[in-house]
Amino acid sequence: MRDSVTIVGASLAGLRSAETLRRDGFGGRISLIGDEPHQPYDRPPLSKQVLAGDWEPERALLTPAEKLEPLGLDLRLGVRATGLDVAARELEVDGVAEPFDGLLIATGARCRTLPGNGSPVGVHTLRTLDDCLAIRAALDDGARRMVVIGAGFIGAEVASVAVGRGTSVTLVEALPAPFARVLGQEMGAVVADVHVANGVDLRCGVGVSSVAGEPGAMTVAMADGSDVYADLVVVGIGVVPNTEWLEGSGLTLDDGVVCDPTCLAAPNVVAAGDVARWTDPRTGESMRVEHWDNAVEQGRHAARRLLATDEEAEVFAPVPWFWSDQYDRKIQLAGRPHPDDEVRVVDGSTDERRFAAFYGRRGQLTAVLGMNRPRQVMQGRGLLEQGVGWDDALAVAAGWA
Amino acid sequence: MRIVVDYDLCESNAICMAIAPDVFEVRDDDFLYVLNEAPGEDRREKMEEAVQRCPKQAIAIED
Repeated sequence: MRDSVTIVGASLAGLRSAETLRRDGFGGRISLIGDEPHQPYDRPPLSKQVLAGDWEPERALLTPAEKLEPLGLDLRLGVRATGLDVAARELEVDGVAEPFDGLLIATGARCRTLPGNGSPVGVHTLRTLDDCLAIRAALDDGARRMVVIGAGFIGAEVASVAVGRGTSVTLVEALPAPFARVLGQEMGAVVADVHVANGVDLRCGVGVSSVAGEPGAMTVAMADGSDVYADLVVVGIGVVPNTEWLEGSGLTLDDGVVCDPTCLAAPNVVAAGDVARWTDPRTGESMRVEHWDNAVEQGRHAARRLLATDEEAEVFAPVPWFWSDQYDRKIQLAGRPHPDDEVRVVDGSTDERRFAAFYGRRGQLTAVLGMNRPRQVMQGRGLLEQGVGWDDALAVAAGWA
Repeated sequence: MRIVVDYDLCESNAICMAIAPDVFEVRDDDFLYVLNEAPGEDRREKMEEAVQRCPKQAIAIED
């Protein structure tokens, strides 16, 4: 039986794992360590309601104070884990070693920045509350032109909010089609059309050479020789897992903390959320999932794994799912499509921008995409959980129309 | 146990429906309907999962 659990990372996966431990009756000490000074908050609203100015930051708290307090957590905010020695069962916090009993690693990820460019003032990324408030302040100050570098989902949501606030947006993507890495060419183009229809200047297939200037007068030099001018620039080109502090710890690091299929990284150590890499029992693929829902589910799973014996341990086999709100459209994806999967619209139509589509490969359903079709995506997620074949999935969807 | 949904927050992601289709249903009008506002105690774990996994934190359990 464990006496205490130390959780490094006080965001979604970390806090939900702490709540799960208490809900399951764990009465020992739970330390929750986070490097940000803020009370644990939720990130999706940072590219939506908070950025739009519709919510004040307090509304984005993950758990309200009156529900947090009864959990009796040893909440250590504004401090940073700086090292780990798995064999000695020692964690280092701000340079000071302390013993741990059970350890849950949920240090998440941070934004990738433009290569070789430094980060001039006026170039933003969006990950933290402070990032969000900085972009929001620029919009409040009357920024009229924004360049978003990287047409992924964060960039797309920022573009959507900025357009809603009356800012002109140029969305730049180095790949030939936006969202294609996740959704494939065909469906990537459908999402891209939503942005164009809302007035975004979308430029695909061209890289960025440099960004220079100062807030209110930025110049983005494109690889094709053209310049785009902006009051501010937001870079959304993906994230890297926060594992530097684990170098030499004894854990295996490979674009994340490598875990076994039960989320165990080493004896007495588990990992969850954006930082965790494990082999998906469904597909045999090594994955690291950056979705909100995965942080919740994997946080719960890893917490229970830490209290379980090796015999009791269960594999973590979720069907990944995420949502993205852009303009008045809700985009949801369940599963993990490959860019060359077959795609079939099974409900609604892409012209109406209200549809559900299946992705399939080798006779198997691999993913379900919905635009303003939440019910169908969730039903499709159920099919993915059951491992339903392509033809059977199509037969089910035929009943939706 | 009573299930309370804050419809100002709910964005019909339908996660709750996937967890407990006997309690939550998102219909073709894209709105969430609570089919059973007072599920039995045997449903508590599922209801707590729905509370935790709602991306909008729009579901609450009142005892």
